[in-house]
Amino acid sequence: MDVLTDNFSLYAEGFLGTVQLTFFSSLLALALGFLMAAFRVAPVASLRAIGTTWVTVLRNTPLTLLFFAVLLGLPRFGLVLPFAVFAVIALGCYTSAFICEALRSGINTVPTGQGEAARSLGMNFGQTLSFVVLPQAFRTVIPPIGSTLIALAKNSAIAGAFSVTELLGTYKTLSELGYNIVWTFVWIAVGYLIITLSISALFNVLEKRYGVAR
Amino acid sequence: MAVVDPLIELRDVNKHYGQLHVLQNVSLTVGRGEVVVVIGPSGSGKSTLCRTVNRLETIESGTITIDGQPLPAEGKGLAGLRADVGMVFQSFNLFAHRTVLANVSLAQIKVRGRKRDEADRRSRELLERVGLASQADKYPAQLSGGQQQRVAIARALAMDPKVMLFDEPTSALDPEMINEVLEVMQQLARDGMTMVVVTHEMGFARSAANRVVFMADGRIVEDRAPEEFFTNPRSERAKDFLSKILKH
Repeated sequence: MDVLTDNFSLYAEGFLGTVQLTFFSSLLALALGFLMAAFRVAPVASLRAIGTTWVTVLRNTPLTLLFFAVLLGLPRFGLVLPFAVFAVIALGCYTSAFICEALRSGINTVPTGQGEAARSLGMNFGQTLSFVVLPQAFRTVIPPIGSTLIALAKNSAIAGAFSVTELLGTYKTLSELGYNIVWTFVWIAVGYLIITLSISALFNVLEKRYGVAR
Repeated sequence: MAVVDPLIELRDVNKHYGQLHVLQNVSLTVGRGEVVVVIGPSGSGKSTLCRTVNRLETIESGTITIDGQPLPAEGKGLAGLRADVGMVFQSFNLFAHRTVLANVSLAQIKVRGRKRDEADRRSRELLERVGLASQADKYPAQLSGGQQQRVAIARALAMDPKVMLFDEPTSALDPEMINEVLEVMQQLARDGMTMVVVTHEMGFARSAANRVVFMADGRIVEDRAPEEFFTNPRSERAKDFLSKILKH
């Protein structure tokens, strides 16, 4: 217990870091995932190719490798940003590939007749997707997107290895100060649980409100 | 058959599904105000034919013109054309997440650019016309099949189409609901709407059609006035088809 009370501000700082990383990366992942899912079902072949490449590359790259590529690679092209921003980019892009596929599986659950009806009324691709298909797909993708964002919260720990302030990274300082390593990690785990259970709770509410009634 | 004022013209249309040649040099002209009923055994290509008219199915060769304009390729032009061509599906395809009223209003607002209250007023008029004004605030799943199909007809009419395509509109319905849909279609025909109707309802073909087109194996075998066709079919294929369906 002493570990927590003695170092509360350190824990709090790390906790806040993880929350921020998770929050901003989630926003980026949802936006990019949405865009890529639209690309993957678009009637234009080149857009589909972009979407497929995006998913294939990012989903099959180990996240740590992606962090190296972003943090060490982008500065070589003259793009120098704070490490925390780089971490958000790496996490967001990586997770967007999974969000894209979850959304696409949801789109595939909507009967083709819905899209045909919309098109037969003169709606274009964007209107068909946003007014008819996605609202119905949304209801089935709530659970998998929740899982993906929980994974994102935990993946954010990798950012700690690149000197971004986040929850797991606090253990280094604490073990140097000589605190019991087991209790150090227990409190870190509690911190992650607070975040992941909050995401779970949020998605449970969403599912209750918008999910498909059975 | 000679048609005075052609609205839809298909010329030498061909389409394959893999090895299957579903449309073989199909040519068909539908005049303004005409009601053309397409009948034939399943797999004869009649639904495919109907769906090529608004390019829900693409064709491999031949030409399709609507009101003098060749059918545009994918894009703005096609969307514009589809807005003018109403379509009613076998499985209704009402937007499951929207109320009946919103189903009828949605495309009016998004495609025709009408104001919401203006669109809703028009929707209620049309729902009144198909006898469903009281159901406006329900969701499609709360309606019977016949009611859903009538909403689908109202939804298509809300775009003020030049022509209406019906792709087996009563095939998914219980027998007792077929008539309520056919009555709406009869009324439309009487009001002078140009209609292409793929159906198995021979009674409707007899009473409402100007012409009956009989398809088999991807070809148009006969194209004649209904009374002539039903009483005196020329081709063996049509005789065989009619003998099978009119026996009971």
